[in-house]
Amino acid sequence: MAEKTYSQAINEALEEEMRRDEKVYILGEDVGAFGGCFGVTTGLLEKFGAERVLDAPISETAIMGSAVGAAVAGLRPVPEIMFVDFVGVCLDELLNQAAKMHYMFGGKAKVPLTLRMACGAGVGAAAQHSQSLEAFMCHIPGLKVVMPATAADAKGLLKSAIRDDNPVIYLEHKALLGVTGEVPEGEYTIPLGKADIKREGKDVTILAYSMMLHKALAAAETLAQEGIEAEVIDPRTLVPFDKETLYKSIEKTGRLVIVHEAVKQGGFGGEIAAMVAEECFDSLDASIKRVAAPFSPIPFASNLEAAYIPDEAKIIEAVKSFF
Amino acid sequence: MALNKEQMLDLYRQMRMIREFEETVAKFFSQGQIPGFVHLYIGEEAVATGVCANLEKQDYIASTHRGHGHGVARGASINKMMAEIFGRADGECKGKGGSMHIADVELGFLGANGIVGAGLPLATGAGFAAKYMKTNGVAICFFGDASSNRGTFHESLNMASVQKLPVVFVNENNMYGISMSQERHQNITDIADRAGSYGMPGIVVDGNDVMAVYEAAEEAIKRARAGGGPVLIECKTYRHHGHFEGDPCVYRSDEEVNAWKAKDPLPRFANRLQEMKMATEAEISQIDTEVKKIIADAVEFAQNSPVPSLDELTTDVYCD
Repeated sequence: MAEKTYSQAINEALEEEMRRDEKVYILGEDVGAFGGCFGVTTGLLEKFGAERVLDAPISETAIMGSAVGAAVAGLRPVPEIMFVDFVGVCLDELLNQAAKMHYMFGGKAKVPLTLRMACGAGVGAAAQHSQSLEAFMCHIPGLKVVMPATAADAKGLLKSAIRDDNPVIYLEHKALLGVTGEVPEGEYTIPLGKADIKREGKDVTILAYSMMLHKALAAAETLAQEGIEAEVIDPRTLVPFDKETLYKSIEKTGRLVIVHEAVKQGGFGGEIAAMVAEECFDSLDASIKRVAAPFSPIPFASNLEAAYIPDEAKIIEAVKSFF
Repeated sequence: MALNKEQMLDLYRQMRMIREFEETVAKFFSQGQIPGFVHLYIGEEAVATGVCANLEKQDYIASTHRGHGHGVARGASINKMMAEIFGRADGECKGKGGSMHIADVELGFLGANGIVGAGLPLATGAGFAAKYMKTNGVAICFFGDASSNRGTFHESLNMASVQKLPVVFVNENNMYGISMSQERHQNITDIADRAGSYGMPGIVVDGNDVMAVYEAAEEAIKRARAGGGPVLIECKTYRHHGHFEGDPCVYRSDEEVNAWKAKDPLPRFANRLQEMKMATEAEISQIDTEVKKIIADAVEFAQNSPVPSLDELTTDVYCD
């Protein structure tokens, strides 16, 4: 295992999949010579040329829409929309075209594309460059939604996403790009729809993904010093969602805290809570807690932004409310 | 290239097939046998026919909500299209798509589309795929006058042009976006003028003249195949029926409708064929009879097809 950044892991996955399959290509704003707004695609233009690493005009609709057209025609595009916040300007292409073609064409069309977008707050990027918008994407049948938290998962999941014949939303947290982690050497993939127990524990289950996984793990360490052993589960993909791993954990702990960076109202945590309440209620010893952002746009000032983002203290507080 | 007699009769047959298909859909829709909405192509047949007659196997088309004619012209199964519109299991999309989502990807027919202007970036991407895979294919995008006001139009023409993609943008200017006449929805007369902003040729043709459409498309497609980049062809035409079946059409006058019906592409081409001594009246009426039979058989096929099984409700959401 080698220590690599989340960004390097994504870059390696792109490179490996492009070498493996000539039908894979990248397009997006500044992904070529500039190496991507966050540097994630650095070096790929030199390795694969301008025919496979395409700098697109600032035209999210045409980036996404042409990727859908190319995917239906047999390619495996990996478009990049620089910030998930910009998805609003190409939403029809995602919502009404990519997500629906397989179904509405009676199963005859495939749309094998992976849409990469940077999500998340914590870098002072304010209201239009910091959001976590996964919830509404999980509400669209036909899309898969992937949100890796670690470098190893980022690589293995992206490779699976690119090989998947469905449109996959791949959300990379911008504040995780420089975070390092152990990445296995050589070829590996991680299946979509398989959660990972990042820390075992018996007293409480904390489900957290993307950046929040790291905060949950930190909270679990603090809680352990006080004698509370938290089990921390990273679903890694929200659609498909691995219920089994979560339910098994709740059967053991009887308590659930769901943590996400997105606003609580209408967030995916509400869906998870409802699933658990419907299907796993008898295993619960206490009501489900959610730790999530307040119902407001993301503020700019550093102190406000810090107060906005769920943190270790809020997770600890939620867990302690059980005991 | 000059068309021979057989090719010219094929153009006529294709237009007649679309007309008969649409009139039949109108009839069964009014009888309540077809669910949902239908948007008919009657009056615009020369556009799909003239363009698609130039296509090869590896080519793509992206269509619109008014898409039956494009599917027929691309060679999609008449029976399966009809069954789809009837919402039956043997339809092109197993009855799960309907009129606005008929597609046959194997044929390069990327689908009718329920979203105005959505086909533009799809065709751009299909053109990209053809170039990337070096198939020598082209992608055709059919779109209406009102779509030329959408962002998809501008972004797609720009991207296709800057990437020099083999895409031919075929505007079907039927003069209305639902109830909004062109003069009320844009301050230009010729949509082809917009091509200049994207560094591509913009051509205006009489969209009710199948030969004119054929020739313009032939040149544009040849240029696109040869790597010359995209072209915008504006076909001036008119829909005889309303935006959808049941549209009271309060926004246009009978005089206007009648003036356009006098330019109906079908009798016009039939007369021309006779003037050119390419066909006799008897040959034309024989085609009409043959087409009627094909469409009647398609209705029978559709009506005999079962409704989809309830097991189909949640299949095909994802590919395995």
